Amino acid sequence: MEPKKLAIIATKGSLDWAYPPFILASTASALGYEVQIFFTFYGLQLLKKDLALEVTPLGNPGMPMPLGMDKWFPVLGLALPGMQAMMTAMMKKKMKDKGVASLEVLRELCQEAEVKLVACQMTVDLFDMEKDNFIDGVEYAGAAAFFEFAGESDICLYI
Amino acid sequence: MADFDQELDASGLNCPLPILRAKKTLNAMASGQVLHIVATDPGSVKDFDAFAKQTGNELMESKEEGGKFHFLIKKS
Repeated sequence: MEPKKLAIIATKGSLDWAYPPFILASTASALGYEVQIFFTFYGLQLLKKDLALEVTPLGNPGMPMPLGMDKWFPVLGLALPGMQAMMTAMMKKKMKDKGVASLEVLRELCQEAEVKLVACQMTVDLFDMEKDNFIDGVEYAGAAAFFEFAGESDICLYI
Repeated sequence: MADFDQELDASGLNCPLPILRAKKTLNAMASGQVLHIVATDPGSVKDFDAFAKQTGNELMESKEEGGKFHFLIKKS
């Protein structure tokens, strides 16, 4: 029987939004799916060897914060220097405490499971990104190549 | 608990790691062998049920004991 196929477009480059593509891709592989992730725009950050992703409370009223800060802390205060780094450090610590895998681990598991990682060539050029900064095993392609796989897929997600 | 051939302790690990580790362990096992998985993630109860249904491996047992979740999966 042909394996089911999952196609994902990853467009976001923040610590929190980096999780869904890798969690879903690795899990689908474990269930026997053939998986391809197409990384475009800020999603390309997820392919960097050195993952320096951050999370921001700015423009994100749904983000739970310590001491109920999301209820009373002025929004302008969230723009203070160091706030983003602090929130990122806290989020990472919380994830570690709760046994949530690091992105590096999830990404490695995806690669082990032969999830195909495809970088959008156009955005790589647009942002003058160096291919040397990306992990090994990444393919470079365009929208038409994505549709070749996505058109045959059982599930297609835009994240 | 029935006999098993291999054991995997996924205590403290959160979604989707217990499933991914189980899959990896099963890959290295022979057909008909049984894997015992211990997990603490409450989500793993439904997840292992779904994993078994979708992969064709049989979930022989699923129970909670001593605050931990135990699963027996027979490789297809």
